[in-house]
Amino acid sequence: MTDAPPPAVQESPATSPVNRLGKEAGKAENRLFFWTCRAAIWVSVAVLLVLLISVTKNAVGWLDWQFLSNFDSARSPAKAGMLSGILGTGWVIILTILFAVPVGVGAAIYLEEYAADNWLNRFIRLNLSNLAGVPSIVYGILGLTVFVRMFGAFGPQGWIAQWTGWVFEGFFWSEHFQTYLIPLPFGRVVISGALTLSLLVLPVIIIASQEALRAIPSSLRHASLALGATKWQTIRFQILPAAVPGIMTGIILAVSRAIGETAPLVMLGAMTFVYFAPGNLDSVSDVMQHPEGLIKAPFDTFTVMPIQIFNWVRQSKEEFKYVAAAGIVVLLAILLLLNGLAILIRNRYSKHMRW
Amino acid sequence: MPNTASSFSGLVKRPANNGETTKETRRSKIESRSLCFYYGDSQALFDISMVIPERSVTALIGPSGCGKSTFLRTLNRMNDIIEGTRHSGEILLEDQNIYAPEVDVVALRKQVGMVFQKSTPFPKSIFDNVAYGPRIGGLRDREKTAHIVETSLQRAALWKEVQNRLHDSAMALSGGQQQRLCIARALATDPEVLLMDEPASALDPASTARIEDLIFELKEKYTIVIVTHNMQQAARVSDFTAFFLKGVMIEIGDTEQIFTNPKEKQTQDYITGRFG
Repeated sequence: MTDAPPPAVQESPATSPVNRLGKEAGKAENRLFFWTCRAAIWVSVAVLLVLLISVTKNAVGWLDWQFLSNFDSARSPAKAGMLSGILGTGWVIILTILFAVPVGVGAAIYLEEYAADNWLNRFIRLNLSNLAGVPSIVYGILGLTVFVRMFGAFGPQGWIAQWTGWVFEGFFWSEHFQTYLIPLPFGRVVISGALTLSLLVLPVIIIASQEALRAIPSSLRHASLALGATKWQTIRFQILPAAVPGIMTGIILAVSRAIGETAPLVMLGAMTFVYFAPGNLDSVSDVMQHPEGLIKAPFDTFTVMPIQIFNWVRQSKEEFKYVAAAGIVVLLAILLLLNGLAILIRNRYSKHMRW
Repeated sequence: MPNTASSFSGLVKRPANNGETTKETRRSKIESRSLCFYYGDSQALFDISMVIPERSVTALIGPSGCGKSTFLRTLNRMNDIIEGTRHSGEILLEDQNIYAPEVDVVALRKQVGMVFQKSTPFPKSIFDNVAYGPRIGGLRDREKTAHIVETSLQRAALWKEVQNRLHDSAMALSGGQQQRLCIARALATDPEVLLMDEPASALDPASTARIEDLIFELKEKYTIVIVTHNMQQAARVSDFTAFFLKGVMIEIGDTEQIFTNPKEKQTQDYITGRFG
């Protein structure tokens, strides 16, 4: 028994020295794999670079302060500006975050920390990933029915009026605006777009937050509970702070997606050539002079940056091509800026954690 | 096992009644009465009846999976957070059944502190770690908080090492220091009972010795229940030892008696290293 193995060990280097020290064994595959991976990253970077360079080249000369501070112009490409799109995107995104983040993080906390492991909750978890894969145009149709038209329930032609005789057009008649503060149905306004985009990004936020919560070691939960913390205190003081960087990543991804979304907003009927800002607030002094515009803005018609770009590209006038290129550069710059800011905040927060 | 069941009745009162010179008669702090515990369909504890006297160290020994940790976690109801568990029988903490419906589990866990096998400092400063329990209990006064943090760290024999870096991350401490920090954190809620689940199993011999010294000092004020795999440790730190096997408590008695003159053959086999 004991003397059988040693000869075998001595034999192998003598018979095949090349296999042990040479280049054959698996080396070629190894290198092939390395170069395939390297090619993959080069191709994606190259495509991105070509895109950026060609767009920037077209944008040069068109991208100036006037482009950022002017409203759109259907007649003169030289006067066309992006202000209504930038402000529209700002309003839509802020409202989207306000709706989607609390609901998304709350849903994730419920699913991870509270929900029992039964078939209903398993079904919900499974379908979250399906929802994240639903084409955005479908959300556009949903938003059109639910938020823009509200199933045709309101107004003089709505079925509520036809059944009961009551015409219901909104909440809070405002002398100042000569209309309802909250019109029903919402119509093709900022808040319809924001609610639709919220639905669109909710699965992304929920899934990312769930993963962030799942990554927290259960020993942290037990340690907190064993000190007499309630479940709420454990979540508030231990689990959420530790999960914030992961949740932030999900929010960054979601917001980036929402900023670039065009299809659902086209479906909702966001306008194309827009010559005003939501709530007529296009400068800080406007906000100071007409603060009531802040309440009005969510119920105002709007456009967003990607829709403006989409619209410019469709125009027959040749010069609008360059306006569109300038718009793309602005959109990308704002996206990068927001992502950078969010990553900065996230890193600040993880440092604060004292891991 | 009818054999062991009958032997409980004779042994239950033993620790309280024994009149050895070094161990004067102690009041019962915790009493378990016919406790059975189930994870779903599988029963983990069978009819456990025992008395844990106050201001003493009781060691729970036995091979892996014998139910000693499960029993420990029933004492502050940490098993409640596992889904699908249930129990029968009673656990009395000073004559109050802790599984009674009117008992607030949050208040119970403040009275019955726990230290885990793996040290689990929160990713915060040393100060905030120790202050966590009192703060979630509603303490806002800064001076009082600082006072509690200092006394808790002193009791856990950690104060001298960390007094100049209270606001550094607790994650920067060594393994042994982290474990003592967890003990300090448990002491900060001013508990009466301290449960320790293999508190030194992940530590080097020097740190282990420090923890054992600490346990010896803490029993002046606290009732300590410790689960350990290390039989020398049980012999060194505990006054009473209970031997568990397959969810059944085989024997409980003075540590000296259990280790030198066990009544049950299974205990003897385990202690002499014949299995487990």
